[in-house]
Amino acid sequence: MDYNFAYLDEQTKRMIRRAILKGLAIPGYQVPFSSREMPMPYGWGTGGVQVSASILTPEDRLKVIDQGADDTTNAVSIRKFFEKTAKIPTTENTEEATVIQTRHRIPEQPLMDSQILVYQVPIPEPLRFLEPRESETRKMHALQEYGLMHVKLYEDISINGAIATSYAYPVKVEDRYVMDPSPIPKFDNPKMEMEAVQLFGAGREQRIYALPPFTKVRSLDFEDYPFEPSKADYKCNLCGSDSSYLDEVIIDDKGGRMFVCSDTDYCQKMIAKHGEVSKPDNQRALP
Amino acid sequence: MTPLLKVENLKKNYGTQIGCSGISFNLHPGEVMGIVGESGSGKSTLLNCLAGHLQPDEGSVFYNTKTDGLVDTILMNEPDRRMLGRTDWAFVHQNPRDGLRMSISAGGNVGERLMAVGERHYGHIRENALSWIDQVEISTDRIDDRPSTFSGGMQQRLQIARNLVTGPRLVFMDEPTGGLDVSVQARLLDLLRSLVIKMNLSAIIVTHDLAVVRLLADRLMVMKSGHVIESGLTDQVLDDPQHAYTQLLVSSVLQV
Repeated sequence: MDYNFAYLDEQTKRMIRRAILKGLAIPGYQVPFSSREMPMPYGWGTGGVQVSASILTPEDRLKVIDQGADDTTNAVSIRKFFEKTAKIPTTENTEEATVIQTRHRIPEQPLMDSQILVYQVPIPEPLRFLEPRESETRKMHALQEYGLMHVKLYEDISINGAIATSYAYPVKVEDRYVMDPSPIPKFDNPKMEMEAVQLFGAGREQRIYALPPFTKVRSLDFEDYPFEPSKADYKCNLCGSDSSYLDEVIIDDKGGRMFVCSDTDYCQKMIAKHGEVSKPDNQRALP
Repeated sequence: MTPLLKVENLKKNYGTQIGCSGISFNLHPGEVMGIVGESGSGKSTLLNCLAGHLQPDEGSVFYNTKTDGLVDTILMNEPDRRMLGRTDWAFVHQNPRDGLRMSISAGGNVGERLMAVGERHYGHIRENALSWIDQVEISTDRIDDRPSTFSGGMQQRLQIARNLVTGPRLVFMDEPTGGLDVSVQARLLDLLRSLVIKMNLSAIIVTHDLAVVRLLADRLMVMKSGHVIESGLTDQVLDDPQHAYTQLLVSSVLQV
């Protein structure tokens, strides 16, 4: 059976493109759109897939990452989905891709103005857990009443002594809208001021928002507790990089663990360039 | 002297039912006004109209703002009215659960209004919250506990601290002592009275408890079926009630 190019029908794609354009015109504003049922469960990237399907052209080359990795279930199945429905080439190489759909990471390699980064967003409303009424949060966005967002950070400091929010760290876009950057680690927050266009799709929540290139994105903080992007204080066990974001992997049942780059493409390129780390120096056992 | 609040011919109907009707009064700086009446007499409707929570059908509510003098808060645009609501005004709900965020620590609750008006220094917010929690007689080591672990009286006092932290000039209170036991009520009233005097607050207190108005209010309005039937100085109204309903109300107070 033949699918329409990239699964969605043309009218739906037009509707989504309109929402994307509106989102780009008002950076950080959540544009409602009539999200379609996709052949995958909610929480698996239905929003991101719809955005990708609407912007793909037959000349595009797609890369899909899940927590930075190209080879996990979510990434593999979405890549296969578009190979089948759009018959476009895919790649694992960040540089080669023109559209990158991501779940919860920004690639280590800086993106270019010829690329588009599509995020899968589970909950687009940054105020959701502080103010459950959607009617009220919309009003708060409209009137720029964002004091409540700092209450969350206040709670963090009073309980943990530091801002413990480490992912989905709220940002303010162009001094106007407070935005949830989807659950990327706060390590990635500073990278959001980039050359590439960034699109955010939330399928279940029926919201699309966007950041045009070089949009001003500031992470919220207190004057005496400034924002700090953080990562595990180790080097990658495979490639030896000390600047990339690391995953902690448990490797046996005796407390052994290792740290590896979460961006698999970056890690492999580093290994190809410098060779594999022969003697891992940062494996440690629990006391 | 310019009144702080000037209410003219305020009316609010619920369909054909009268909520409140033909209400006019002035409230001067530093004055505490009590509104008493039976359940369903329109006290809370009136208070909610004054505080901007309900849109009245007719009439105007002028508030003497710091910058522009008397402004009709009903015709005011919404951002400005909401700004007033979190700076110059305070609203104490009968049930502290309506006025507090139960899943956020006591300090966060007090600090929220500060952060809402732009305070972005954790140390200052913390200091302010500690001082206010102490002022409402809650032990300062409870600052990081959630209000859900507090007793009813403590929750009510925390709600008052949360409201007063931005230094409001006008406080709306909807049955602030309702649902508290008598000894806790006495303590709360004592606290309220000292805060009202210390901060030179104006207040409008809705209650059905005559003892509360006797203790706190300078002036009194008695409401029945949406209308004000009697008003005057508190002691005057309570000691020499003129209207039959007020006489009934005063004589119904239980004596120990």
